[in-house]
Amino acid sequence: MSAESMTIAKAVNAGLRRAMEGDDHVLVMGEDVGRLGGVFRVTDGLQKDFGEDRVIDTPLAEGGIIGTAVGLALRGYRPVCEIQFDGFVFPGYDQIVSQVAKMHFRSGGRLRLPIVIRIPYGGSIGAVEHHSESPEAYFAHTPGLKVVTCSNALDAYWMVQQAVALDDPVVFFEPKRRYYEKAEVDPAVDAADVLALESARVTLPGDDVTVAAYGPMVKTCLDAASAAADEGRSIEVVDLRSLSPLELGTVYESVRRTGRLVVVHEAQRTLGIGAEVAARVTEECFYSLEAPVQRVTGYDTPYPPARVEEQYLPDLDRVLDAVDRSLAY
Amino acid sequence: MSVDTAAQPVAETSHEPELVQLLTPEGQRVPHEHYDSLVADVTADDIRAMYRELVLARRVDSEAVSLQRQGELGLWPSLLGQEAAQIGSARALRPQDHVFPTYREHGVALHRDVDPVRLLALFRGVDQGSWDPAQSHFHLYTIVIGAQTLHATGYAMGVQRDGAIGTGDPGRDTAVMAYFGDGATSQGSVSEAFIWAGVTNAPVVFFCQNNQWAISEPLERQTRVPLYKRAAGFGFPGVRVDGNDVLACLAVSREALQRARDGEGPTLVEAFTYRMGAHTTSDDPTRYRLNAELEHWRLKDPVERVKAYMVRNDLADQAFFDELSDESDQLAERMRAECRSLPEPAPTSIFDHVYVEPTPGLVEQRDGMAAYLDSFADEEVHQ
Ligand SMILES: Cc1ncc(C[n+]2csc(CCOP(=O)(O)OP(=O)(O)O)c2C)c(N)n1
Ligand SMILES: [Mg+2]
Repeated sequence: MSAESMTIAKAVNAGLRRAMEGDDHVLVMGEDVGRLGGVFRVTDGLQKDFGEDRVIDTPLAEGGIIGTAVGLALRGYRPVCEIQFDGFVFPGYDQIVSQVAKMHFRSGGRLRLPIVIRIPYGGSIGAVEHHSESPEAYFAHTPGLKVVTCSNALDAYWMVQQAVALDDPVVFFEPKRRYYEKAEVDPAVDAADVLALESARVTLPGDDVTVAAYGPMVKTCLDAASAAADEGRSIEVVDLRSLSPLELGTVYESVRRTGRLVVVHEAQRTLGIGAEVAARVTEECFYSLEAPVQRVTGYDTPYPPARVEEQYLPDLDRVLDAVDRSLAY
Repeated sequence: MSVDTAAQPVAETSHEPELVQLLTPEGQRVPHEHYDSLVADVTADDIRAMYRELVLARRVDSEAVSLQRQGELGLWPSLLGQEAAQIGSARALRPQDHVFPTYREHGVALHRDVDPVRLLALFRGVDQGSWDPAQSHFHLYTIVIGAQTLHATGYAMGVQRDGAIGTGDPGRDTAVMAYFGDGATSQGSVSEAFIWAGVTNAPVVFFCQNNQWAISEPLERQTRVPLYKRAAGFGFPGVRVDGNDVLACLAVSREALQRARDGEGPTLVEAFTYRMGAHTTSDDPTRYRLNAELEHWRLKDPVERVKAYMVRNDLADQAFFDELSDESDQLAERMRAECRSLPEPAPTSIFDHVYVEPTPGLVEQRDGMAAYLDSFADEEVHQ
């Protein structure tokens, strides 16, 4: 196999396929994941190739999907659960927070739940309610869950495999508005050489301001950086990738050079990932900071109707505005 | 009226479908020992009124589908094929009865005088529900599958506490109707609603439109027993009705709603029907179901069978059909025009109604957004 240009949706598909080929205890389960291949076609063809026992069209109940995944995991399987849209995870939230997250801890380490919960998330797709939310902070706030998110096809391909291979439960957020954006993926690369699941990455090196983002906002920040470059400002873009654990070493190192940080996410501002990043950067890099950490986020409202979502969501201009504020401080 | 000949076995499912039917697909009125009395008062005027609503519901739907195709709506979930289930059940409601819909109850909305343009506004992404449920007794659409069945049950518990059941006053006794789909029956919330309603004997009717599909998943992925039989396990009656038969849906719903109003508790109605269209305009059903199935159900069309019944029994003349056709054209035209001219929401409107009183933090965010947006306006002026 040689490098191939693929979309994020295709990359998750290819990653899942490889995980299923590598371990016949890997299962895929969720609403419409089988015959239809998922509403975003992320599981397209998997049921055809791996059969109905391994790719399960479940009854319509998220609590059931997660709860039975717990039992399957206890029996030695590695379920990959698909939640159809971000806003529909909540009927399964109790199972995730009260059961999945705590099983290893309360069993004194005897029980492991290698479950992956895939959630297409985020907005800007013109959808109706519950289809555009960014609930990652709820999960990142819950000890026992790992929470990761990919921003591009290359990461999607490897991160989903790393998540399946992990013995901890992982909530895997996929940036649905970016599903059809392409990147080169080379499956022949040695998996051992791939960036660790929990590491952040400097996606674009720069000198003047650090911009930290994840998932769908990474592309937005890269676009902002290229606009800023035209005006002679050099932005470093860090893709956080892992929200729990949130390993901020890459960000600290960057901020110590630039002295300025802007954190960007679609999710609401208050008590979001940005707040945690800001607090820790303030603790760790206080003497390097030239300006307060800026946050560019969704507002503290429910996700709004589609016709105003672009004003709700951070965009290139809002990122640049925050960069300007940081530089002007 | 002669004795029961109604329950025609339907061959297409493995479940024994003891379904109540009063009008055959060919438009023939078949007698029913029990349910005839529930529609004995139905006049030719009523039949025409029913047919009118079926036609208008279908027209609202097809117009919305084309508006979506033209880019005017983000999405539309079509009710095609489910008109009779919706109009039949809605016509059994009294004004004081309260309805909790899913996202597909456009026919019920129409009957409850919710302007179709309000539905368009939601699917255009202008708002998230702009009708007044207190006025129309038609709650907002609920997209999270199953959630509204609990809301309906709780509302019914309130009705109980208000003493608005079992008084014998037809203007006071109140029932609550919860609509949901076959897929929804798998949600824990729906089982909880059944349990609550059973335990409290709440005046709620669970009206399940079994349209055979939950997106790409056929009924077999949700249940091994016919859905109406689940009611027995929760301690209340369940009945399966031909969901493409508006008269039977009216009869069965009337009985269930009256039981509720009389204080006799909940009923599960399973309206056996078919989703003739895609799940929504985003869906491609050719990926998961056979055209033959569609063709089979096309023969049971809920609108055509009433027309056949009317023609057969001389219940309407050509003028009636012509007028209705004009009315439905006018409705479609108004929908088109008013949809396109729906006012765009102001960006700062997202801060309205997060709380009853705006919080200082939100006011600050709103003012920040306004100032930020103004800065662009200034730029444009200066250029
Ligand atoms: C809690 C939840 N999970 C998933 C979805 C996505 N979804 C929307 S409609 C649907 C199928 C619903 O099927 P059914 O209850 O039969 O109603 P129908 O659409 O056929 O009218 C699904 C899975 C949702 N809206 N809510
Ligand atoms: Mg259905």
